[in-house]
Amino acid sequence: MGDWSALGKLLDKVQAYSTAGGKVWLSVLFIFRILVLGTAVESAWGDEQSAFKCNTLQPGCENVCYDKSFPISHVRFWVLQIIFVSMPTLLYLSHIVFLMHKEEKLNKKEEKLRDIQSKGEDVDVLLRKIEIKKFKYGLEDRGKIKMRGGIFYTYIMSIVLKSIFEVVFLLIQWHLYGFTLSAVYTCQKFPCPHKVDCFLSRPTEKTVFIIFMLVVSLVSLALNVFEFFYVILKRMKDQIRESAKNFESACNIKPCPRNLSSYGYYNDCSAPAPVPNLGYNLDTGDKSNSSDNYDKQANEQNWTNYSTEQNQLGQTQRFPYPEKVTLGKDLLLLKELEPRPSSRASSRARPDDLDI
Amino acid sequence: MADWSALVKLLNSVQAHSTAGGKAWLSVLFIFRILILGTAVESAWGDEQSFFKCNTQQPGCQNVCYDKSFPISHVRLWVLQIIFVSTPTLLFLAHVFYTMRKEEKDGQADDGNKNHQVSETRKVKMKGAIRYTYIVSIFCKSVLEVVFLVIQWYIYGFSLSAVYICERLPCPHQVDCFLSRPTEKTIFIIFMLVVALVSLLLNIIELLYVVYKWIMGRVKSIQNQSPTDQQFLVLIENQKDEQSRCKSSRQGRVAHVPSLSI
Repeated sequence: MGDWSALGKLLDKVQAYSTAGGKVWLSVLFIFRILVLGTAVESAWGDEQSAFKCNTLQPGCENVCYDKSFPISHVRFWVLQIIFVSMPTLLYLSHIVFLMHKEEKLNKKEEKLRDIQSKGEDVDVLLRKIEIKKFKYGLEDRGKIKMRGGIFYTYIMSIVLKSIFEVVFLLIQWHLYGFTLSAVYTCQKFPCPHKVDCFLSRPTEKTVFIIFMLVVSLVSLALNVFEFFYVILKRMKDQIRESAKNFESACNIKPCPRNLSSYGYYNDCSAPAPVPNLGYNLDTGDKSNSSDNYDKQANEQNWTNYSTEQNQLGQTQRFPYPEKVTLGKDLLLLKELEPRPSSRASSRARPDDLDI
Repeated sequence: MADWSALVKLLNSVQAHSTAGGKAWLSVLFIFRILILGTAVESAWGDEQSFFKCNTQQPGCQNVCYDKSFPISHVRLWVLQIIFVSTPTLLFLAHVFYTMRKEEKDGQADDGNKNHQVSETRKVKMKGAIRYTYIVSIFCKSVLEVVFLVIQWYIYGFSLSAVYICERLPCPHQVDCFLSRPTEKTIFIIFMLVVALVSLLLNIIELLYVVYKWIMGRVKSIQNQSPTDQQFLVLIENQKDEQSRCKSSRQGRVAHVPSLSI
């Protein structure tokens, strides 16, 4: 068959940024689909039209009957399937390239800042801001990208799209041909003078390969589904672990109940209430930076604060935070250094983050 | 099909000097056009003449009818389309290399001890003549796409029927001629049409984007020439201030408790 190297090269680039499941999927694609297509399937279907014989002498009848029986040949169909199923992966790759581009820009800024720093200016704040931005995009020193925020959603989306395409193509194939080929087709179409019997070449061999490609598609689909759940579960685990860590570090002053939601936090736990946005940050640790999250949490935070205020007014009692002033001051200092609300407690790489 | 590697290699070297839109266009070209052409389309059209059957015994009638129905085969038309549509990009590449060589020579004139290695990855800034060439190349690409689509529409329309009626010497009378695989070919014709339209769209978007950037760049350059260190710091701080202002206005929604502050 033709030259699959262009697609191969692009997909190879994605390998470095995939999870293990993604790499397995790519290998399955290369070996069991592209290779088999180019070698075995091509030659099995090679004479599909020349050996398609109809029991008629009418010129043109064979042509139209072949056209009617096979609106699209299996080979071409599988080529389209492979290309469409690879497409979401390429979109994911383009997102990665976009992130790399951003990293380049940030690195350049950082370099320039360090230059300025070496001349004696104090640019610590700005340097930290760049560090935090890098962390936000999940950019690591070794040039890898951690799956968080935007790139995580792109990856999930690409897996979902891949699965959808697989299913769609399988349905189309089932609708057109079923998953077997019979040896005889009857056909009645102009200019055939009557119903004619037409005979395929190698129906059994073709059926074997149809079932083979079907099984490979199902395996790919299963891999996609498995990876989808794996990635989501891992991400949830990481989030829980991180928020537990932040929780613990914030609850050093006063022990907080373990099962507090972010809102109960404000009513019962320690200090950051007077610095609501910062405590908000610590508590909601690793949530993504989408504004939807903020709005939702903002909403609930408002309710909490409102009910707190009502309590205050009812009890004419000062809210019990003065004793936490020391911690509050430290946190305030932290707040000044870091832009909100995207700040994490620090931008160091956590080893238990979802790695790629 | 034959070997597309020469074109592919050349176009790959353009990748490094393209904008994001240009890279997307190139990827679409490689995967959805060249790859599909070389794999699926070639084999679908492989037997187009051997299976072109006319309802006649007259020698030569089949030949002339095939020739009349298909002045140029779709496959060859698409090959020409791909080559013509890639040509402006190659001209842009030539200009880029020419500029790189010139810059090297200028650099060499300035400092004889410089270590000159032609680095393919060194980017040439898109300004001045290079930018004009880029814009002209995108424009030409779009025009060529449209021209080929119009030609295809004029000759064949965008579908193939199963039967062609033909009357031409030496056919003794009007004959019915039958294609092979008209449905499959129609599917691929529509596919290639969609890809051409997508490429055209990408070209238009990129053209608008480059022109927009150009205008913005001119506006900015009027405001400040290359910033000094202090100006650079101020620039960054202002960026960050803006961001934190935006974010603190979002934060404002969180804390409706102005009285609660240390």
